Amino acid sequence: MAVPLTYYLALSAALFAIGVIGVLIRRNVIVVFMCIELMLNSVNLTLVAFSAFLGDIAGQALVFFVMAVAAAEAAVGLAIVIALYRNKQTVNFDDINILKW
Amino acid sequence: MTAEPLLFLFLAAFAVTTAVLMIIQRNPVMSAISLIGNFFCLAALYLMLRAQLLAVLQIAVYAGAIMVLVVFVIMLLNLGDEIKLPVRFGFRRTVGVVLGFGLLLELTYLLLFTPETAEHEMLHADAPLIGTVEAMGTALYSQYLFPLQLTGLLLLAAVVGAVILAKRRLP
Repeated sequence: MAVPLTYYLALSAALFAIGVIGVLIRRNVIVVFMCIELMLNSVNLTLVAFSAFLGDIAGQALVFFVMAVAAAEAAVGLAIVIALYRNKQTVNFDDINILKW
Repeated sequence: MTAEPLLFLFLAAFAVTTAVLMIIQRNPVMSAISLIGNFFCLAALYLMLRAQLLAVLQIAVYAGAIMVLVVFVIMLLNLGDEIKLPVRFGFRRTVGVVLGFGLLLELTYLLLFTPETAEHEMLHADAPLIGTVEAMGTALYSQYLFPLQLTGLLLLAAVVGAVILAKRRLP
């Protein structure tokens, strides 16, 4: 007996929802950043699952590119966090309001 | 083959547990460690889906490079525990959890009422063939050559951008 596709999609949906909850309730910029990584990963799981169940390599190639973009995003995002901390001495979302109207 | 559903259930439970631990822990280092556990779980799931190359990349790129960067920044900024929310922010937490569960309900509704997904009970017969380094390399260097080169350009731009952003401003 094998694991059907629906199970993988359900796990992926659960991980994505947990990532969304994390983004909404946490205020530490770095933790919010990690929640975004979690959401990216849950989408990757969906793509790999579809790729394996449909026998199509396009999904796995897309996951490869998502990983490259995530690495670039991590580098730039963490550089922004460092620049922010240097200017405001905080990584708390509620204290960062220079773009708030 | 009978061990596969058990393995899946174990990995899924571990993945969800580590994800929940990541968002409820106040200490960012503990959050990062939970997320690394989650990434290892996903790598194991990729192996169950016969995606060998992506499983290795998941550990090398995500659990390796990206999380080392995150932990390094946490250490550099010397972050402590997140302070407790004042009472007036309590409703925001409620709204966040409600919205997240709403999204989960929507997704499961879509899953349950899309008949096409239920038709796929078994892995495709070609699944062990497409996840290998050979098949992925052939696809990336022929069919996806242009996106691959654009990815190189993107990484270069990201490196330059990160250096400029994090550089100490000259007086």
